[in-house]
Amino acid sequence: MYISGLSKKVSTSIGLGIAVIVVQSITVPVNNLLYTYVLKENALTWAGVASSDLSFLGLITYIGVIAAMVQILEMTLDRYFPALYSALGIFLPLITVNCAILGGSLFMVERGYNFTESVVFGFGSGLGWALAIMALAGIREKMKYSDVPDGLRGLGITFITVGLMALGFLSFSGIQL
Amino acid sequence: MSMKQTIFDPLFKNNPIALQILGVCSALAVTTKLETALVMSLAVILVVSCSNLFVSIIRNHIPSSIRIIVQMTIIASLVIVTDQLLKAFFFSIAKSMSVYIGLIITNCIVMGRADAYAMKNGPVQSFFDGLGNGIGYSVVLIFVAFFRELFGSGKLLGYTVLKPMSEGGWYQPNGMMLLSPSAFFLIGIFIWILRTIYKDQVESSN
Repeated sequence: MYISGLSKKVSTSIGLGIAVIVVQSITVPVNNLLYTYVLKENALTWAGVASSDLSFLGLITYIGVIAAMVQILEMTLDRYFPALYSALGIFLPLITVNCAILGGSLFMVERGYNFTESVVFGFGSGLGWALAIMALAGIREKMKYSDVPDGLRGLGITFITVGLMALGFLSFSGIQL
Repeated sequence: MSMKQTIFDPLFKNNPIALQILGVCSALAVTTKLETALVMSLAVILVVSCSNLFVSIIRNHIPSSIRIIVQMTIIASLVIVTDQLLKAFFFSIAKSMSVYIGLIITNCIVMGRADAYAMKNGPVQSFFDGLGNGIGYSVVLIFVAFFRELFGSGKLLGYTVLKPMSEGGWYQPNGMMLLSPSAFFLIGIFIWILRTIYKDQVESSN
């Protein structure tokens, strides 16, 4: 979705990147607190409930928190940055269904991060996403001038570009083939 | 649109990944093995057809201002059910797919069909539309997983097809096929093939 829609112009991709960083660095820690004090097995002992396991409600809780966060962000942008708000348009509410956001919360739970780690992880993964979308937008702006085979034009070549970029990003952590 | 078109159009003519660019993210992580891709496909087909059915049944009672939240709740509940079922009956596969079952919630195909189709059409039609789009998604997933598992580890569904050198065979596995970039390349090639056959899908140059 984002690959095709918003990565055409660098300026809008910067705005979206910042929005994702903000949403991500708030939702991951909040979901971490919810998980630790409400959802985890026997997490409700502080409230006097002896044995509880609400971890199956995780998915619906995280997506609820994310949807609420995005709604707040949308209202804030509409009020204080109307230009950016109209540039992002339909894509802003769609941050809710951005895999990277929900994925952040799910990975946080799976890898058992504590609160501090989840703050750093949320910010870091948001920043990484922002970097990637800006770089992709930059490449795509230049690609307007290149002569791409008919069937690959637009979406197809974007996928190939993203693949090459992913290869580059992967090599930061070292590749073992 | 006839029922047959509703089911078969999303396979190639109007494929959700290749043409509408929906639901790409999960296509990358679960396609290193054909087995996980098949399980993922079944899970998505189940979720998208049921969510379309349920959203369509209550479509006249959903106020349009909060429809996203309502759809999201329906979808999230269905995904939780699927997740619990997989954990109960296919524990090892569910474990290896880690968070990606949960990420079906944010698969744009599910959300997109619920909002664009199920809100305007009857339950039966919506159900089959979901079925068709789920299968269209599966076609891409299985295409990618087939090549990644075959060339990445010389196997299909866990059975050795190309015997790797490490086991005394002749095939040198291509490790890059197991990394996520290869999935992007394969989807790109899939789109290329599709648009060479269906010329009308080619994008204009500006």
